[in-house]
Amino acid sequence: MSQPSTEQVWEELNRVMDPEIPVVSLVELGIVREVGYEGEQLVVTLTPTFAGCPALEVMKTAVLERMRELGLGSVLLRTVLSPPWTTDWIVPEARRKLKAFGLAPPALHGGDVEILFAEQAACPYCDSDDTVLKNSFGPTPCRAIYFCNSCRQPFEQFKPL
Amino acid sequence: MNTGTAGALAAYLLGLADDELILAHRDSEWTGHAPILEEDIAFSNLALDELGHAGLWYAAHAELLGENPQTRPDELAFLREPADFRNVQMVELPNGDWAFSMLRQYLFDAAEMVRLEALVNSRHKPTAETAAKIRQEERYHLRHTAAWVRRLGLGTEESHRRMQAALEMLFPYAEQLFQPQDGQAGLVDQGYIPSEQATVADWRGRVRQDLEGADLRLPEAAESPAASRAAHSEHLAQLLSEMQVVARSDRGAAW
Repeated sequence: MSQPSTEQVWEELNRVMDPEIPVVSLVELGIVREVGYEGEQLVVTLTPTFAGCPALEVMKTAVLERMRELGLGSVLLRTVLSPPWTTDWIVPEARRKLKAFGLAPPALHGGDVEILFAEQAACPYCDSDDTVLKNSFGPTPCRAIYFCNSCRQPFEQFKPL
Repeated sequence: MNTGTAGALAAYLLGLADDELILAHRDSEWTGHAPILEEDIAFSNLALDELGHAGLWYAAHAELLGENPQTRPDELAFLREPADFRNVQMVELPNGDWAFSMLRQYLFDAAEMVRLEALVNSRHKPTAETAAKIRQEERYHLRHTAAWVRRLGLGTEESHRRMQAALEMLFPYAEQLFQPQDGQAGLVDQGYIPSEQATVADWRGRVRQDLEGADLRLPEAAESPAASRAAHSEHLAQLLSEMQVVARSDRGAAW
C-alpha cells in the first residue's frame, strides 16, 4: 500500500476535533504545526495551547488513532513550544464555528495579549458589546466567563493567548 | 555547553519547576474551599497552569541531563524525598487565610514575570522557548492577583489588616526567590540566566508600586529565613506525603 500524501494527512487531521470544543479541528485551531515524512515515518508536529491543558494528551491519542485508520502504523508525534501557540492562529472559519457554539471568539492581538485587557468580548448570542468580564478563568484553561448586559446571559469567551 | 554548565542550568531549572509544582499543589487545596465560586474556579485554574509550567521546566531539566523528558517529570514530582526538593519555603507554607494565599500568589507571579522577561533572552534555546510559552499565561495570573491585592488592600478594615499581616509574614520569605544558588554565577556570566540582583531590583520596584497603591506598607528589608533551597520547613514533608501517596502506593500504574 502506498503512503498517504501529506495533503491527505492534513485532510484527515482536519477531522480530529478539539475534545472540549468538538466543533473545531486541531488544524483549524493551529495546534498541528507540521506534517511530513522522515524516511518511511510520518512525523506530526503539535504545539500545546495552555501548558497545563490536559486535552493535549487526548489530542495526541486521537491523532494517532486517526493515522492508524489511514493505514499508518509508524507515526512520530513531536511537540514544539516555539513559536508559542496563539489564538491569532485560529482560522476565520473556526472563529465563526466557535461563535455558533456559544463561545465568543478571541480577538486578534498580534502577539501582545495585554492590548486586549481593556476590551470586552462581544456577546456571541446578541452581538452586544455591553458585556462584563466576570472571571478570567473558566471551566477550561482557555475560557473566560462574561455576562451580557443586553440579553442578560452569561457566556464564555475563548481566551486570547 | 559543557557538563558543568549543563548541570548548573539543570539545577536552576529544577528550582523553578519545584516552585511551580509546590505552589500548584497549595493552590489546588482551594478547590472547593474558596470564599466565592468564581475564585474557586480561578484558583483551580491557577493550580493547573502552574502544574503545566512545572511540567515544562522538569522536561527542560531532564533534557539537559540526558534523561527522558516524558517520564522523568513524574519521577521528580512523585518519587523524590522532601530533602531533594529545591523549592523556596514560601510556596510550601500552608495556605493560611484568603489574604495570605492571594498575596503569596501575587508576589510569586510578579517574581516569575520579571524572571521570564529575562529568560526569554537566554542563550539556552529550550529555556528561552519555555519562558516565552509560560509568559503568555502568566500575564493573566498577574492581572488577576494584582487586582485582588488592590481589592483586599483597599477593601474593608479587616481585609486591609489581613493583607498587611500577610505581607509582614511573606515578604522575608519572598526574598528567598532571589537567593543565588551554587554554580549560578557562571550561568549569569555566560548569558544563560539573569542575575538575581537585577531580578530582585526589578521585582521590588514593581511590587512596591502595586502594594503601595493598595495602601499596604512594605516591611523593612528582612533576612530570608533560608539561603539554600535545600532547606525546608516541616510543611513540605506533610504536603508531599499527601501529593505522592497515590503514585507511590501503585508505582507505574496506568491511568
